[in-house]
Amino acid sequence: MVASAFVDAFRFMPNHVSLLLDKAGETAELAFAALAIALLVALPLGLWLGHRHRGLLLALGVSSLGRSLPSVALIGLGIGILGVGFWNNTVALVVLAIPPILTNTYFAVEGVDRDAVEAARGMGLTEAQILTRIELPLGLPLLLAGLRIAAVFVIATATIAGIFGGGGLGDIMARQITYGLGGVFAAALWVAGLALLTAAALALAQRAASRRMAPRT
Amino acid sequence: MPTEAAELVFDEATKVYPGRDGAAVDHLSLTVPAGEICVLVGPSGGGKTTALKLVNRLIPLTGGDIRIDGTSILEHDLTELRRSIGYVIQQVGLFPHMTVEGNIGTVPRLLGRPRSWIRTRSAELLELVGLDPSYAKRFPAQLSGGERQRVGLARALAANPPLMLMDEPFGAIDPIVRARLQDEFLRFQSELRKTVVFVTHDIDEAIRVGDRIAILREGGRLAQYDTPQRILEHPVDDFVAEFVGRDRALKALALRTLGDLELSPATDDGLPRLHAGASLRDALALLVAEHRDALLVVDADGSPLGVAKREDLLQ
Repeated sequence: MVASAFVDAFRFMPNHVSLLLDKAGETAELAFAALAIALLVALPLGLWLGHRHRGLLLALGVSSLGRSLPSVALIGLGIGILGVGFWNNTVALVVLAIPPILTNTYFAVEGVDRDAVEAARGMGLTEAQILTRIELPLGLPLLLAGLRIAAVFVIATATIAGIFGGGGLGDIMARQITYGLGGVFAAALWVAGLALLTAAALALAQRAASRRMAPRT
Repeated sequence: MPTEAAELVFDEATKVYPGRDGAAVDHLSLTVPAGEICVLVGPSGGGKTTALKLVNRLIPLTGGDIRIDGTSILEHDLTELRRSIGYVIQQVGLFPHMTVEGNIGTVPRLLGRPRSWIRTRSAELLELVGLDPSYAKRFPAQLSGGERQRVGLARALAANPPLMLMDEPFGAIDPIVRARLQDEFLRFQSELRKTVVFVTHDIDEAIRVGDRIAILREGGRLAQYDTPQRILEHPVDDFVAEFVGRDRALKALALRTLGDLELSPATDDGLPRLHAGASLRDALALLVAEHRDALLVVDADGSPLGVAKREDLLQ
């Protein structure tokens, strides 16, 4: 049964390329919007708290709160407020994406060699220059790791949006009657593929950043 | 490159941390003349580093004033003040994501110097601190501890500041390299003639590098401020005498050379020879080792200058 569904999934794909591409595009769009908004919120907050070496409890609190909130429940709650659709799903995904970005940004900046920061301050860099020229570049690898975790969470969870009228690959998965088990499996594989590709791209960026920030011979 | 050294005045400078008993720096008053090295030395808890950081306002004053060439540090724009003061710390704090040249160029870049200027300046400074100019393209992770501190020094000197603050700059370096760095620091200081405030907990280092030494005791109070010679020969109280050590008479001998003595006429009858640049301490050590009462002082070419007797050394 499962094996034959797998075979069906690979039969489904060549016949529905444009459907899968469309739906993957929707998922990507939703994930991208959620990540962008999460970055907009969590990045400045994490940078500021990390630079001040303050707000550890806030960073950790937000992080564990975010992880313990089930996205399904959040979307359900959101329907009452935002109605069914893109924005409701986006808000739920933003809430999911903020914790890893916030926590990692915080620790990325907070953990930068204090002697380097002290030297920079003593030499007359302004606080903003210390953040942008010293702390941000040195913390970049850890910060990108947070973004990678958030991206994988968001893409994987964005499928739930299908159930709530958000479209995307989850839409196919929610409609087994229309697309058959093969279609559901195909969509699931595409979600996994999308998540892995994104993770791999960000992992490469992270490695490039580490090389650049801690160069050796 | 011309250097205008600045005169530095601590005027009743005081730092009290809220919620802590007593002051960290207590009404510290002293003047560092332009172009001299003032060493702040004392036991831990003496407020040496605090006093140093008051100058570039990494720690804000709670009372009194500090003036650079007559202008209060409080009247300067904070950023400009710091950019005009060279700052060297024990752990160096090089920026690991920048090359040596990038590190050295930090302040000049902030001051808007062109890249070509920075490249030339960086090569010049590397040579000054005893590193090959090929080091410019290396990263801090590729340097030894001693090399990093040399780069730290070069970075602090990059914008040619009239005043340098050095917080235990050689404290984390092994003794042999430390002695060499001290010598090289003194060599280029004799050319550059910066005003330097130098913090150390090591009295021997203080004697070696200081034109003047300020000894701070617990609670940030100044115990004595004087030349190394006078501190060794005339400690003002028991605290200073104990801090400089029981061997202070020998340390004082190390500060003078045979050339400083009035010699008796040379009578070469097989006396041990020592050149005029040798310290009185080395001379005494030679006499003790050879069981002699006098030695022949010679110049760089080996020609005799005169005879120094044991009692001459100990006067």
